[in-house]
Amino acid sequence: MKMVKDKRKKMHLSKMYSLRRKGFEEDHSQIGGPAPYSAVSAILPLIVVIGATMVKEGIEDWQRQQQIEILKDHEVNNRKVKVHRRGGVFETSQWKKLKVGDIVKVEKDEFFPADLLLLSSSYEDAICYVETMNLDGETNLKLKQSLDVTSLYNEDSKFNNFKATVKCEDPNASLYTFVGTMNFQEQRYALSPQQLLLRDSKLRNTDYIYGAVIFTGHDTKVIQNSTDPPSKRSKIEKRTDHIIYFLFFVLFLMAFTGSIYFGVVTKDDLDGNRMKRWYLRPDDSEIFFDPKKAPIAAIYHFLTAVLLYTYLIPISLYVSVEIVKVLQTVFINKDVHMYDEESDKPAHARTSNLTEELGQIDTILSDKTGTLTCNSMEFIKCSVAGTAYGRGVTEVERSMAKRVNGEDHFDENGTEAYSHLSVKGYKFEDERITNGRWVNEPHSDVIQKFLRLLAICHTAIPDVDEETGKVTYEAESPDESAFVIAARELGFEFYKRTQTSVSFMEFDPKSKKHVERSYELLNILEFNSTRKRMSVIVRDDEGKLLLLCKGADSVMFERISKKGRQFEEKTRDHVHEYADAGLRTLILAYRELNEKEYEEFNEKFTEAKNSVSAERDDMISEVTDQIENDLILLGATAIEDKLQKGVPETIDKLAQAGIKIWVLTGDKMETAINIGFACSLLRQGMKQIVITLESPEIIAAEKSGDKNSIARVSKNSVQKQIAAGKAQINASKSDAYALIIDGKSLAYALSDDTKNEFLDLAVGCASVICCRSSPKQKALVTRLVKEGTGKTVLAIGDGANDVGMLQEADIGIGISGVEGMQAVMSSDIAIAQFRFLERLLLVHGHWSYRRISSMISYFFYKNIVFGTTVFLYEAYASFSGQPAYNDWYLSLYNVFFTSLPVIALGVFDQDVSARLCLKFPLLYQEGVQNTLFRWRRIFSWMVNGLFSGIIIFFLCMKSLNPESYDKNGKTAGMEIMGATMYSCVVWVVNCQMALAVSYFTLIQHIFIWGGIFLWYLFLIVYGALPSSASTTAYKVFVETLAPAPTYWLVTLFVVTASLVPYICFKAVQMRFFPGYHGMVQWIRHDGRANDPEYFQMVRQQSIRTTNVGFTARSIARDNEFDWHLER
Amino acid sequence: MSNAMNPTPTQPLDPSAPGRYSKRPKYSRFTQQELPACKPILTPKWVISVFMLVTIVFVPIGLASLFASQAVVEIVERYDDACAPSGTRSDKVRFIQSDANKTCNRTLTVPKHMKQPIYVYYQLDSFYQNHRRYVKSRSDKQLRSRKDENAVSTCNPEDNNVNGSTIVPCGLVAWSMFNDTFSFSTGNDVQLPVTKKGISWKSDRDHKFGKDVFPKNFQNGSLIGGARLNESIPLSEQEDLIVWMRTAALPTFRKLFGKIEVDLQAGDTIHVIVQNNYNTYSFDGKKKLVLSTASWLGGKNNFIGIAYLAVGGLCFVLAVAFTIIYLSKPRRLGDPSYLSWNRNPSGH
Repeated sequence: MKMVKDKRKKMHLSKMYSLRRKGFEEDHSQIGGPAPYSAVSAILPLIVVIGATMVKEGIEDWQRQQQIEILKDHEVNNRKVKVHRRGGVFETSQWKKLKVGDIVKVEKDEFFPADLLLLSSSYEDAICYVETMNLDGETNLKLKQSLDVTSLYNEDSKFNNFKATVKCEDPNASLYTFVGTMNFQEQRYALSPQQLLLRDSKLRNTDYIYGAVIFTGHDTKVIQNSTDPPSKRSKIEKRTDHIIYFLFFVLFLMAFTGSIYFGVVTKDDLDGNRMKRWYLRPDDSEIFFDPKKAPIAAIYHFLTAVLLYTYLIPISLYVSVEIVKVLQTVFINKDVHMYDEESDKPAHARTSNLTEELGQIDTILSDKTGTLTCNSMEFIKCSVAGTAYGRGVTEVERSMAKRVNGEDHFDENGTEAYSHLSVKGYKFEDERITNGRWVNEPHSDVIQKFLRLLAICHTAIPDVDEETGKVTYEAESPDESAFVIAARELGFEFYKRTQTSVSFMEFDPKSKKHVERSYELLNILEFNSTRKRMSVIVRDDEGKLLLLCKGADSVMFERISKKGRQFEEKTRDHVHEYADAGLRTLILAYRELNEKEYEEFNEKFTEAKNSVSAERDDMISEVTDQIENDLILLGATAIEDKLQKGVPETIDKLAQAGIKIWVLTGDKMETAINIGFACSLLRQGMKQIVITLESPEIIAAEKSGDKNSIARVSKNSVQKQIAAGKAQINASKSDAYALIIDGKSLAYALSDDTKNEFLDLAVGCASVICCRSSPKQKALVTRLVKEGTGKTVLAIGDGANDVGMLQEADIGIGISGVEGMQAVMSSDIAIAQFRFLERLLLVHGHWSYRRISSMISYFFYKNIVFGTTVFLYEAYASFSGQPAYNDWYLSLYNVFFTSLPVIALGVFDQDVSARLCLKFPLLYQEGVQNTLFRWRRIFSWMVNGLFSGIIIFFLCMKSLNPESYDKNGKTAGMEIMGATMYSCVVWVVNCQMALAVSYFTLIQHIFIWGGIFLWYLFLIVYGALPSSASTTAYKVFVETLAPAPTYWLVTLFVVTASLVPYICFKAVQMRFFPGYHGMVQWIRHDGRANDPEYFQMVRQQSIRTTNVGFTARSIARDNEFDWHLER
Repeated sequence: MSNAMNPTPTQPLDPSAPGRYSKRPKYSRFTQQELPACKPILTPKWVISVFMLVTIVFVPIGLASLFASQAVVEIVERYDDACAPSGTRSDKVRFIQSDANKTCNRTLTVPKHMKQPIYVYYQLDSFYQNHRRYVKSRSDKQLRSRKDENAVSTCNPEDNNVNGSTIVPCGLVAWSMFNDTFSFSTGNDVQLPVTKKGISWKSDRDHKFGKDVFPKNFQNGSLIGGARLNESIPLSEQEDLIVWMRTAALPTFRKLFGKIEVDLQAGDTIHVIVQNNYNTYSFDGKKKLVLSTASWLGGKNNFIGIAYLAVGGLCFVLAVAFTIIYLSKPRRLGDPSYLSWNRNPSGH
């Protein structure tokens, strides 16, 4: 569908043009009809142009078809699922055959084929775990539970006579709500989102579930969330349309002026019976020239003139641009620097429409998980008893080190360091701790407790491989599993969990042996976003009662007892350091409980848990709050949310190129902020403006349950926070600000009356992070930025939850490195890694932008040159519509003699090499600020064309007429004048091209000089045809032009005279007002691009102050250091 | 489908294994956009040398053309006014359309020695031979061969006679053929013969105007346009017609009338007897008689020479100007102080 739309749009201009032409050629057999040239000559170039378009579209269609074929295997509709037939028998069936009401059985790690109502699961209490990555990008597992009444139906055979009626809301896009009832055994039960399993999420940690199909296909929530794929056109293309409209306007104006003049002159020819220009026989004239009906003749003439001046409109422009764009995409697809070895995937541009748009990106909206990060957490550092352990280097530290030490140094220790650490989720390296050596550390008892805590305080489930004895873990979130893995690697191997106990192997320093320990698990105080901590209460094998607690530093430090603060200061320092390096930190602490305390707590806790009132959660948190106090600090952990390779460098480069980067993620705020730090989008010293609805008043309002008042209070709060943020920015502009906003607030911030305020605030900030945002919100933010700023927006993401964003953005980039096709399928360009974005934008984008814009300007130039000569000649032929050129010269101009060099320009031109593009990222701003395709430049080219046309016409006219033209006394008739003028036009236009090219390959030489040669060849061949075919061109070159020195002399000086102004302009500009690319060209020309010192100086001067990226960060850090010194 | 939990493949990478990198793009200079190329940049050296080169080439050519043009001797005599009775325009129109004797004597003086061949032209002003109606009103087919005699569909309104027989040659162009005649004699009444042989392009005579096509029903309609044609001579030998039929590009044009193949001495007087038949009075067109020799470059036209000198001179001035600018405002190449880009705030 998308394709068809695109095509329609693209074709419409050329069609408009061709239809118009055709319309007038119908009645052309009769002489004097309005068409100023013969039908064949007009149709041939159109056939060439339309044929080329058709071939191109055909190839693209074919490629797409191929792609679809390949995808058929993956295709969602053909996936298999088990469906209940009858009599308790389940059969495998295809997804597409599912109907509402079917009972399906989904097994572990399968996707749900439709929106399902959970009936029962392999667990007794009918719970199941669901991963919703594809919906909201969240990686932690969600717990779903069925109604009690259906939980017994947990075997195939039990569904024999299962019957229930479900009434529910209409299909809608809200992922987090569901209203319905179920009539079962003559009872009505209310349904909630808790029972709803959404399509495209995945069953985890649960062997199987049974579910009833509620919504299928397009009714499912995930599909409801997707938007129609928009047809995308680049801004340059849109502007080109405007120029074409402008040219059409000029064309009509010219035709109109001509017609008026023609009408007046024609009327004047006949005065009563007296003829003025008797040789035209005005007394006996057909309607087109009839003085008696001059107004009608003028109207007909208008049509003739429109046809004649269509040479002002470059018909081959669109198809040439498309050919060039297709080649650009080939270059993108074939770039070895954008090929990812690990996933064996090259870049893949899926549409060819948008390549030049890549050079104009103002804002990048990036997904987090899978795009910036690998979604693997690695235990990398810890601080125990006030000592920092862990020598692992984070990605950020590596890139900063690289910047300080120069480029060569880092590569070895960077990539090498990775390879020998093969355990996933674990990158801890410190010989003081590993291999049991922690025993010799000063506070070995604290370390032991610390590691034990890691092994016990979690909710992960172990999975022991019976053959190898290796233990793997299923955890709710990857950081959870990183902890358990770290504990295992350091000698505390957790291997068994029952409802009431946790067992692990431990290295006992006294006996020097591995001993098994089993702790009685009494309570789990679960994690949630307000508590920001989790605890377990256990009884150890000696009977001691322990409360083990881990949590965020903001809530933990205040819960430490006075005695337990021994290491506080140092730990705080370390945590600060870790956080700045983008690591996720947790504080670990414990306390010993006495039996009485515990009894008391347990009573209250059980009571709170079993209560059904609305205050249940409050009660629980109150109870737990009391017990999680007076803790003793053990230390802190630091987990790296591993960034994709090269992400910090890429972000730094893009920031230097002046591109703004926003992160839109479904993740928690803390995680998002951590990643902000890890990517250097945030840093210490940057002022954070946090907009959230986690404030007490909102929570209070939420409790009241009145939807309207919640909305009102929330909205007020968001608006207030936005206003405050703006005030803060206005108060001090020199600071760098970061905006962090959560999904709930975003919902209000994006409402119609607030969104502009929000956008203002966001644009004023150096970095923006939106967390907990739903797919729809991502798309809305994208649209807001796109429409609000009017700038080009690129979105990049890898998951199904990014689809809306990718489609909404001007350009959507899908990450194809990991499995999963939705994002790629809805993207415009797929790359394997985030880091390839650097090359895609700074090199390919910059070049494409430059090429396409030069090419289009040049197209207008060359057609205006030609159009001007046609028009001026008309003025000397009393606007009768007679061109000086032969029909075939006219029609082949656009197709043969001038097109190929422009295409070569569009395909090959490079202002500076790829290496320099990357070295001088600011070059990219040429595209963002659109310096090469702004109106001024377009009009300068047009004016240049106009002047060239005028020079050509008048110089030719003056030098050829009326005196004899060669030594045999012959004078120059229309055919000589036409051919000479045309030769000049071909020469001028091609030489102008040669002057404009900055990257002269052999192909350019062939096309440019070949174009000129082709013209002469054409003249000779065409002139040699029988005179009935060649008419005025018969032997014109061989007999008349070539032997006459005048012809050659005129060509030489007309060409020179037309080009001198441009050379002057260019010389002055290049020397004294060079554009940024001009400066870089100078640097290259001087051979100084390799002089590191000089290069650094130039770059330093050219770097605009950027606030994000590690360059900015280390500068900020240096400044801070200086400031401290001064104090 | 998507399992982002393990994005990194666990199997070791072995680049030497065949077929491992199956989708790796093949390296070629074309696809990697690394074709060898020269990257011209307009350095001062280039700018100045280009301009100097143009000067060096153009000035001699200019001088040569100017000399050539100066060597041409040209006599231009406007006779439309003098050969018609003075009075208003309509008087003149009435005169030219009447049967009165339109013979008219003009005397020319040769300013310089004129070497033969001396070309005789007539020049018309404000005559739109390039008008679309006019240009199209002919039949090349009919002119070319006898069998297409009836191909007159394009010749309206001069296609058929009142009685329906086709006109050969048809169309407005032929119909309006120039019909003033000139005969020349020297001061001492020696006739100067005017040759018509070879005044037209050879390709026209051989291929466009048929040897078997003879004028027919020409100029016998109600309205007489211009010249009549001898019906016994084939079109391919009617050189006046052939010359006329090559339509001129612009409203002011010259066409060859003939050649005088004797030298004329400076100071010679030439008597011209003009048969002033052609009507240019109704559209205020001028008629001129031109006698001219020709150089290797053609007729007397100083324009090419002057233009060459002007462009050459201009380029010399530019070369000097650029030299001065480059010297007086030297800029260390690649001087970063010109990098004012970072001061451009519009990126925000």
